[in-house]
Amino acid sequence: MSSEEVKIESYRLEGGEHEEITSLEEISEYEKELLAAGIDPKETDRSGSFLQQDHSVVFAKSLIPGLEIMAIDEALKKYPWLDEYHWNLVSQDMDIYTREVAERPTQGYFLYAKKGAKITLPLQSCLFISKERIRQNVHNIIIAEENSEIHIITGCTVSHRISSALHLGVSEFYVKRGAKITFTMVHNWAGKVEARPRSAARIEDDGVFISNYIMMTPVRSLQMYPTAYCVGENSRATFQSMIYAPKNSKIDVGSRIVFKGKGSRGEIISRAIAADDAQIMARGNLTGEAEEIRGHLECRGLMLSDTSMIESVPELKAQRKNLDLSHEAAVGKIAEEEIRYIMSRGFSEDEAIGMIIRGFLSLDIKGLPEGLARETKKMFDMTLEKVI
Amino acid sequence: MLEIQNLTVEVSGKRILHNLNLRIGDGEVHVLFGANGSGKTTLFLTILGFPSYDVVEGKIYFKGVDITEMDTAERVKLGMGVSFQHPPEIRGVKLGDLVGRLLERRGEGDAKALAERLKLSEEFLSRDLNLGFSGGEVKRSEILQLLAQNPDFFMFDEPDSGVDVENVELIGKITNEMLERDKRPSERKKSGLIISHIGYILNYIKADRAHVMLGGRIACSGMTEEIYNQILTEGFEGCVARCGGT
Repeated sequence: MSSEEVKIESYRLEGGEHEEITSLEEISEYEKELLAAGIDPKETDRSGSFLQQDHSVVFAKSLIPGLEIMAIDEALKKYPWLDEYHWNLVSQDMDIYTREVAERPTQGYFLYAKKGAKITLPLQSCLFISKERIRQNVHNIIIAEENSEIHIITGCTVSHRISSALHLGVSEFYVKRGAKITFTMVHNWAGKVEARPRSAARIEDDGVFISNYIMMTPVRSLQMYPTAYCVGENSRATFQSMIYAPKNSKIDVGSRIVFKGKGSRGEIISRAIAADDAQIMARGNLTGEAEEIRGHLECRGLMLSDTSMIESVPELKAQRKNLDLSHEAAVGKIAEEEIRYIMSRGFSEDEAIGMIIRGFLSLDIKGLPEGLARETKKMFDMTLEKVI
Repeated sequence: MLEIQNLTVEVSGKRILHNLNLRIGDGEVHVLFGANGSGKTTLFLTILGFPSYDVVEGKIYFKGVDITEMDTAERVKLGMGVSFQHPPEIRGVKLGDLVGRLLERRGEGDAKALAERLKLSEEFLSRDLNLGFSGGEVKRSEILQLLAQNPDFFMFDEPDSGVDVENVELIGKITNEMLERDKRPSERKKSGLIISHIGYILNYIKADRAHVMLGGRIACSGMTEEIYNQILTEGFEGCVARCGGT
């Protein structure tokens, strides 16, 4: 399966402007959509929030010192040095989607943790689409300065009133020496939405980058292959993704880690469930270009129908002798024996299948502060409850 | 509690159990001996109602209700509980979550406290079901789930196989408590059926009656100690021959 090319021009660029708001609760008509994407309109236990509706940044506020949250246009004007980070990890010429974002950008966010700022409360950001057939071309830059720490919950979501839209998103993450970024992203699309995120992260000495990706709703097509470059010594990168693909979803998702720093480590873990007529391409690539690096790739797929498809493509590329790269991939169905076992505790067949699916998808999300981990789990359970 | 009448069972068209009869009264614990392949596990899974065990003749009554055609979950809801010999590994389903749901259904009990009785740590509850469990851990996890269910009738498939002495002792002790063996016979309500190849568990659990299975039939029944000693000295077939069975 190769990802079909999106007809960018068939989505419109005009009519995506909105007024700023002073509180997230003002857009209460979309509360459900925001909640589904992990956004708390009350901002309880949040370090700050960012909300972009179609083409306008309607809300951007940091609640604590050491953290900056603003619209990317404003940030590029305010900080000329940001030029160095803008289109540094992702090339404008990568494909038609990056060129589109470069030529016709429609905002995006700038998140910045100052040197030494340890911000354990998560910041929430949301890229929201509320207009039918609109295209959203965002560019995000996230920088964690030396020894800082930020946890980001981000949701890409669409209004219940729309069915089709195009989301193009370029994200560049910079994890400086000893810094840590966790990025938990929920995609909550609709049946005719197309999405082409283009992301990359650069991790310096002793830095940590953790990306958790959750998608449980149908999407017309989604294609992404984020890359983490572990350039620093002992840098770390983790990608975890949990995908439940129903209906006609066409998904081509992978993660790549390029180990360039001595002793760097990383893992890619993915769980994918294909139901109905869904097609999933689950990719993974570990490239070892330095000594003493260690990487592991684990990809598990579960088939729920005979008309769906999962294709798993794990790749390992080693360019040094002193390194360790491994992968395991498995695709199968739910074992009858497992269903019977749970039923023998008094659960119905449907309950048993639900428990097994939930278990299959629920990865231990590592690296999050306890409260956020709990919350993510809750959000995950809620999402799953709806689909199963 | 449980009454099986003229039970004939086929698996994939092959007849495994032949006109089997068994009756376990309230408060009674029975043990079922037999060599590998004698039909013990088939009987166990038929009582539990697994669909690949086809009852071609006969009836199973549980608490006076005909459960022959009932599905597994319904039987369990009536008060049946089982401990498997080789439960499947289920990735991502946490033992603690399953126990939690069982307790929730009952509306009482604390998973951590139950686990402690079985010398299982809180950390153990967060592990995936049976994934990488040792022999002893598998059994204790099974018993933990039974404790959480608190059924009226328990079936144990080989509680003593692949388990060290210390674990058998612990499993025996908890099982005795679950089966109310510490109470006077007239006060006992819970019943059990223990399937055992070697009978080692009987050093720790007092069973009222024993049966020997041979070729898909119950070939011999009697007092537990007597039967057990005969098996030890004369083997299964010798024991059955002495019984006058075939």
